[in-house]
Amino acid sequence: MITTRALEWIIERLLFLCAALSVLTTGGIIFVLAFETYEFLLEVPVIEFLTGTEWTPLFANRHFGVLPLVAGTMLVSVIAMVVALPMGLLAAVYLSEYAPSGFRRVVKPILELLAGVPTVVYGYFALTFVTPLLQSFLPTLSGFNALSPGLVMGLMILPLVSSLSEDAMRAVPNGLREGSYALGATRMQTALKVVVPAAFSGITAAFILAASRAIGETMIVAIAAGQQPRLTGNPFVPIETMTAYIVQVSLGDTPQGTLEYRTIFAVGMLLFIMTFGLNLVSTWLRERFREEYA
Amino acid sequence: MKKQADLLFQILSLATLIIALAALGALVYDIFVDGGSRLSLSFLMNTGSRNAEEAGVYHALMGSIWVIALTGLLALPIGVAAAIYLEEYGTRSRLARFIELNIANLAAVPSIIYGLLGLGLFVRLMGMGQSVMAGAATLALLALPVVILSTREALRTVPSSIREGSYALGATKWQTIWNQVLPMALPGVLTGLILALSRAIGETAPLITIGALTYIPFAPDSVWSKFTVLPIQIFNWVSRPQAEFKANAAAGILVLLALLLSMNAIAIIVRDRFQRRGRA
Repeated sequence: MITTRALEWIIERLLFLCAALSVLTTGGIIFVLAFETYEFLLEVPVIEFLTGTEWTPLFANRHFGVLPLVAGTMLVSVIAMVVALPMGLLAAVYLSEYAPSGFRRVVKPILELLAGVPTVVYGYFALTFVTPLLQSFLPTLSGFNALSPGLVMGLMILPLVSSLSEDAMRAVPNGLREGSYALGATRMQTALKVVVPAAFSGITAAFILAASRAIGETMIVAIAAGQQPRLTGNPFVPIETMTAYIVQVSLGDTPQGTLEYRTIFAVGMLLFIMTFGLNLVSTWLRERFREEYA
Repeated sequence: MKKQADLLFQILSLATLIIALAALGALVYDIFVDGGSRLSLSFLMNTGSRNAEEAGVYHALMGSIWVIALTGLLALPIGVAAAIYLEEYGTRSRLARFIELNIANLAAVPSIIYGLLGLGLFVRLMGMGQSVMAGAATLALLALPVVILSTREALRTVPSSIREGSYALGATKWQTIWNQVLPMALPGVLTGLILALSRAIGETAPLITIGALTYIPFAPDSVWSKFTVLPIQIFNWVSRPQAEFKANAAAGILVLLALLLSMNAIAIIVRDRFQRRGRA
């Protein structure tokens, strides 16, 4: 009897350890990034890193201003969001408020296929299909640019926006819709003036999560946006994002322990802080939403 | 007037959906046109080559299979154990809440960050080098949140009457979980695992970051071999300026998509078969 009880105790501890591994993973990420970033900041002042406008760590004349990489990331992400937010929201409104359930059951999984396509495939699509297509009516568009990967990235995160927004809208109690119809509102008025505002925090959570996904997306921009860090808002010229820079250095043979090697961890740290912050806000919003209609 | 606006809005919403689906169609069509003619048995059986026409994906395909199999072996037991703890043991404690929140946030951390973790922790600190093991360990950490979330959902579908019946017969908590709850949740667990792995098999960035990029013209023969995977081989071909290599990239994508589809098909078959047996 005692052995059974001891066994139960041991098993519970083992299971707990496995669950705690996730906390260790977060800790590991923070430790690895912080350690190398600290070494990096011993040589490059944090002010220069965060406010410098030139990023040339791999050249003879080295500058470590991260702003061009941040600007590149922001440019592509904003383009992606401009595509994904309105389209994702409209698709969600259609699926949640208009579509017959049979149509919804068929279309939703197909739409979600978009989220399952490997990002390297999207990169190929952006470089070999979308960029030439855009060039046919935008002749000044460079072969590598922010526009094409931004549009394709918008397509990639669209299902994330539409799925989560739709979930939020479907969680709005039907009483609210019926009340609106009873006052003579059309379906559009009900959708836009009642359902969307009622699901607002859930929809915002979806938007923020999508932004975080766009900022962290790597392969599309590594393939189609170029490798030229540039502080610009022009979507027609080659740029480089934070993620693409990490890939560029990883592909080369930069020796471990050098300042160049440490730059990828410093850039990674910045990326982690940005996305983790967005994720926390998104989780918090979703929790709030759940409480409202629980 | 109101009615027309409503109709217009409905058409606009439907149009966005159709545009998204059309873009998916364009993507698939583009890849078939570019790569369909390159696809052949020799493309599957050849390894890397400087000459685009002689190059194949054998080494990369084998690398992907090695890495994914090992990722599954690592992620399944740990993910299921973590899910059991959160769902059956620690549901009410503040610590479990904290772990849950942490898992939800980890699921949204960019995959390239996992690559940096793998590089610092597995490749350097633990001295695994750029091996299949280091790659699989990195991808396992990446897949864990998904495995945990889907396992928890599968456990939640097991009715509590099953647990109570088992307790009433004198079984302990672990006996109940091992003999009653887990077998019932198994199809859901396996489906979740395969879906998590099918996401991991398309991952490129974390494996590039840990250094699995070098030109490796052979298939791995142990978990300590250096390796490359399909997405990295595709990336390598896309990055070259010559059109013949672009065709190779497209053909490689077709192989990758076929692999993804067959994994999803297996997931569906597993769920179907187990469910039927469960009912009989």
